[in-house]
Amino acid sequence: MFEAVPQSMSFASPLALRSGVSVADYTLAYETYGTLNADKSNAVLICHALNADHHVAGSYAGKPKSEGWWDNMIGPGKPVDTNRFFVIGVNNLGSCFGSTGPMHVNPATGRVYGADFPVVTVEDWVDAQATLLDALGIRTLAAVMGGSLGGMQALSWALQYPDRVRHAVVVASAPNLTAENIAFNEVARRAIVTDPDFHGGHFYDHGVVPKRGLRIARMIGHITYLSDDVMNEKFGRSLRSAAEGESVGSSYRYSTQQVEFQIESYLRYQGDKFAEYFDANTYLLITRALDYFDPARAYGGNLTAALAKATAKFLLVSFTTDWRFSPARSREIVKALLDNRRSVSYAEIDAPHGHDAFLLDDARYFGVVRSYFERIAVGSEGSAAS
Amino acid sequence: MSDLATQRLIAQLVPKGSRVLDLGCGDGALLDLLQRERGCSGYGVEIADGNVIKCVQRGVDVLQLNLDEGLTMFGDASFDVVLQIDTLQNLRNAEIMLRETARVGRIGIVAFPNFAHWPNRLSVARGRMPVTRRLPYQWYDTPNIRVGTFKDFEVLAQRNNLRLLDAFGLQNEREVRWLPNARASTAVFKFERS
Repeated sequence: MFEAVPQSMSFASPLALRSGVSVADYTLAYETYGTLNADKSNAVLICHALNADHHVAGSYAGKPKSEGWWDNMIGPGKPVDTNRFFVIGVNNLGSCFGSTGPMHVNPATGRVYGADFPVVTVEDWVDAQATLLDALGIRTLAAVMGGSLGGMQALSWALQYPDRVRHAVVVASAPNLTAENIAFNEVARRAIVTDPDFHGGHFYDHGVVPKRGLRIARMIGHITYLSDDVMNEKFGRSLRSAAEGESVGSSYRYSTQQVEFQIESYLRYQGDKFAEYFDANTYLLITRALDYFDPARAYGGNLTAALAKATAKFLLVSFTTDWRFSPARSREIVKALLDNRRSVSYAEIDAPHGHDAFLLDDARYFGVVRSYFERIAVGSEGSAAS
Repeated sequence: MSDLATQRLIAQLVPKGSRVLDLGCGDGALLDLLQRERGCSGYGVEIADGNVIKCVQRGVDVLQLNLDEGLTMFGDASFDVVLQIDTLQNLRNAEIMLRETARVGRIGIVAFPNFAHWPNRLSVARGRMPVTRRLPYQWYDTPNIRVGTFKDFEVLAQRNNLRLLDAFGLQNEREVRWLPNARASTAVFKFERS
């Protein structure tokens, strides 16, 4: 276990957003692991998904249980080996873990942003990440990598800054969200917005948090991150009473409001936990960024035309039981890259865990990622091919 | 079929600098050889997890797809050469895949075990399915679900309007051009759409 040190950097020049608005005086929280080599050719950027942050790997001093969210994937000797690579994790703009977000004061008004925080897109995040790399003196990334919404950022990097990305690793992602996927996001947003404690997004002024909405948003999310099989295997129809040590075969409570089944208990627990730390406005912003992402839109829906700009080499990974970001969506990206004659490898991992699989240990998944990164040339190392 | 001599024989059928799609590319050794020695580029398609990792380790672009689900991802004539080396006989939809091979590639190259090789005939004449170095499986566990001969393929190729550019047998890492249907354990065909 190695030590992670949170850092942050502030930027004075405003960042122009896709909405036409700009953010002035923004701060990005980030962490780095490993050492940037002399010719700065070993930098790897990790992009995070909905509820994660810049704390990707390692643990904080004195807090052994504070491992980063992708600590199984990234670190010394791990598939993304920090003995070779200089890995950067960045918290995205509008998030609630250190970078400028809706809970911070808007310098223009002197008031907390709240609902007035500008809508940010995947492209805006990538622009912001690029300003951080500029400040760190990193011109070209050996690789950019992300899962789910993070994978969208990795793909967008290859389109927005093609000459700054050598490899793009896109895991459990999609070229845009389907209607069903937007629908899940909308239910989650409505749960938050209709919570009486939301106060139109200015709940900070009222000293409350729309926890009811956040809980339900998280419960919905969790259902979509798991597969039917894994949910049945983990919880099945077991009753909570059995887990609490009451006599086995105990009967129903015949209550509509008490927790009866284990799965209910699990979802409520996840919802409660989430509502304690996640910002409601951030949830709205991030789900909206997911909805808006659609690089083919400017090309009449033609993904092949949209990806013509990408010159990076690609690795795509999907998971067979992931129905939120299904293999078919990853294959659309693969096909568009093939049409453009780009270098691409694609692994479709037969894992039972649904969308969550991208965060879990799996020898095949990790084996592919490890092998891919081993081939990425760094500095003056001789043998690797690219 | 994984031995180097055989791979070199197959590689010589592939024009230099070709853009290649290798269906059922295994550990990527042939594609690697084509890239290194014949200036080819392209992709392998493979279903087995272990082989996918080996391809990535070699630096061969690999796509993990199930060939029984077709080649819809690949456009018409989008490759100079499509290879099916020891793949066709494992596919449920072998005829469709042969047609797909001819659609996606300007040239198709297919190699598969020739069931009419004389030791196989002898074995069947004795009443037992053959178990040989080339066909090492028992009838109940063989992945070779399409059992065909050199001559059978000629008929199938004609049926699908394929024009044979070359056809020969392989035995002990050598080409067999005289009576290949009886004298070779492997059949090799190079063809295009007519």
